[in-house]
Amino acid sequence: MAYDLSFAKEVYKKSEMGHWIKMCMQCGVCAGSCPLRAHWQHSPRQLFQMVRAGKKDEVLKSSDMWMCTSCYNCIARCPRNLPITHIIHGLARYAETQGKVDPTQPTRRFAVEVFWENIVSTGRVGEAMLTMRLYFQDGIGAGIQRGLEMKDSALGMLKTRRLNPIPFRGKIKGYDGFKKMLAKAAELEVKLENKA
Amino acid sequence: MADVHAAGHTILVVGGGISGLTTAVEAAETGYNVLLVERDPHFGGRVAQHNQYFPKLCSPTCGLEINYQRIKNNPRIRYMTLAEVVDIQGAEGDYTVRIRKHPRHVTEACTGCGECSKACTVEVPDPYNFGMNTVKAIRNNHAMAFPVWFHMDPEYAKSEEAQKVAKVCPVGAIQPEMQAEDVTEKVSAVVWATGWKPYDAEKIRPYGFGQYANVTTNMRFERMANVYGPTGGKIVRPSDGKEARNVAMIQCAGSRDHNYLPFCSRICCLASMKQASYVRNQYPDSKVTIFYIDLRAMDRYEAFLQKTRADQGISWIKSKPARIEEDAQGNPVVIGENTLTGERYAMPFDLVVLATGMEPNSAQAGKVPYQGAAYDDYGFVTGGVLSAGCAAYPTDVASSVQSATAMAMKAIQVAGRRG
Repeated sequence: MAYDLSFAKEVYKKSEMGHWIKMCMQCGVCAGSCPLRAHWQHSPRQLFQMVRAGKKDEVLKSSDMWMCTSCYNCIARCPRNLPITHIIHGLARYAETQGKVDPTQPTRRFAVEVFWENIVSTGRVGEAMLTMRLYFQDGIGAGIQRGLEMKDSALGMLKTRRLNPIPFRGKIKGYDGFKKMLAKAAELEVKLENKA
Repeated sequence: MADVHAAGHTILVVGGGISGLTTAVEAAETGYNVLLVERDPHFGGRVAQHNQYFPKLCSPTCGLEINYQRIKNNPRIRYMTLAEVVDIQGAEGDYTVRIRKHPRHVTEACTGCGECSKACTVEVPDPYNFGMNTVKAIRNNHAMAFPVWFHMDPEYAKSEEAQKVAKVCPVGAIQPEMQAEDVTEKVSAVVWATGWKPYDAEKIRPYGFGQYANVTTNMRFERMANVYGPTGGKIVRPSDGKEARNVAMIQCAGSRDHNYLPFCSRICCLASMKQASYVRNQYPDSKVTIFYIDLRAMDRYEAFLQKTRADQGISWIKSKPARIEEDAQGNPVVIGENTLTGERYAMPFDLVVLATGMEPNSAQAGKVPYQGAAYDDYGFVTGGVLSAGCAAYPTDVASSVQSATAMAMKAIQVAGRRG
C-alpha cells in the first residue's frame, strides 16, 4: 500500500505549527508528561502519527486536542523541541475551520462560542459574564448547581481581586480600532488559505 | 632506521585511557618518542572502571594490562600522572607545552606495599566508585592500578597525621610537603585523548536521580557489579541493600534530547544489554525491563542484540519514560506511554538504571589550552590538535582503539615531517 501523504501535507501547511509534526520521533514522553492522560484517547504522539498516516477524519473529529489545558509540560520535556501545546491548539483550530468538530464538544463550545463572543463584543474578557454563560450553557438548573459548587473559589477570587464581578462593563476605549484589527486578521487568514 | 629519523621528535599524548594508551604505544613502537600525560593518579580512564566490556564480556583489566606492559617495556615512552597540560604554543611540528604536575605526595620510590594505607585513619568518598563507598586518604585506586605508586589526597597531606604516616613508609617515599610544579616540553605533535565523563544525571529532573535512592546510573551500576566495587559485586538496592531482582534500564536518559545532550552516545544500548546480563546471571529468577526509543546496536553488535533478545527474562518497552516517582516501599515507579500499544503505564521496580550518555571532557574541564583548537557543537575536539577516541566523538572501546591507532599514524607523519 502506498502512503497517502495528502493529509500530512495539508496539516504541515495549513494547521498552525503543523510543520513541526515532521520532527516527532515517537518517543512517547509527551503522553507520560500530560496531566490529563486519563482523559484522552490518543496522546499527542499518536495524533502526530495519525496525521502522518493520513487518518484525516479520525484526527479532525477527535476530541483529544480539545482536552489540552496548556500546562506546557509536554513542551518542557519534548526531547526534540516540538511546541506540542501549540501544535495541538493548531489542530483543534484547523478541525474547527474544516467543520469537523462535534458541536457539543464542551471545550469547543466554550472557546468558539462563549469566549469568542465575550471578547469580540466588548474588546475585553468580562469574567463575570464569561463564567455565567459557561455555567448556564446547559440550562438554569445545571448553572445554579455549578455556581454553588464553585462558590468558594469565586469568593476567594473576589477577595484577592482576581475576578471583576460587574457583568456589563461596556466596550473598551478604541473599540473601533479593535474591530478593524479583527477584520484585518480575518482578511489575512483568507489570503493565507487561498495561497495554501 | 626509525631511530635515526625519530630522534628528538616527540609526540605528546594527553589522556591515559584506552585511546591515549593505544596512541602512545602504537606511536612509540614505530620508533618515535612519546610523552604520555594523565590527569588521574593512574592510567586506564573509564575503561578501568568497567566490570566487563561488550560484546565478549571479558574483563577490561586484561586489555589494559597488555598496554601497561608495552609502556613499561618501551624506553621511548615517558609518562606523567596527576599532570595536566595547561598551555600549548607554537604550531604543528614545533609546539611548546607547559605541563602542571600536581603533587602526589608519594615519590616513584613507592613499592605499593600498602603500609601507609593501614596507618591512615581518615576515610574519604571514593572517586573511583563515584563516592558510593569510602577509602583511605592515601591509597591506590584498585588492585591492578598502574603506575603502582600510591597517592595522597591534597587535603590530607596538610594534616598532622600525614607526617606520622610518612614515617611508616619503609622506603621513605611519602612527602606531604610536595608542591605542584610546571614543566615545559618541546613536542612535534599533540594527540588529545581526554575522553568523556558520564552526563550529570541530576540534571534530568523528571527521573529523580539524587532524589530517589533506587534510581542509579549505568556507570555506577558498572561499579556495583564489579568485585572491587562498593558492594563487592552484589547487585542491590542502595536504599536498603536488598537484592535487586526487578531492574529497569532507561535508554537515552539525557541523550538525544535538546534539553540535555542532543546527540546519541552510541554505547548506551549495548551497555544496558550487557548490564542486563549482569542481573540475569546473578539472579536466575530476575527480570530486566529495557525502555528504549529505538535500539542502536551498531555494526556487528547486532549479534549481541539477538542474543539478549533470546533471553525470556528481559523484556523490551518501546518508550522514553516521561518521569519517575517513588512509592511507599521506596520502589521507583516508571511512568510513560508504550508507543507500540498506546498503553499508559506506571511500573514499580527494585532499581532503575539510567543509561546516561557521554559528555566530552573537552567540553569543560579538559578544553585544549591552544588558540587553534576547534570543537563541534557538543565540545568534541575537531581541529587544532589531533584527537582520538571519545575526545573526538562518542564511541565504544573497540572503535576508540581504531581511532587511537589512526591518530598514532597521523602523529608520526606530523612528527616525522620536519628536520
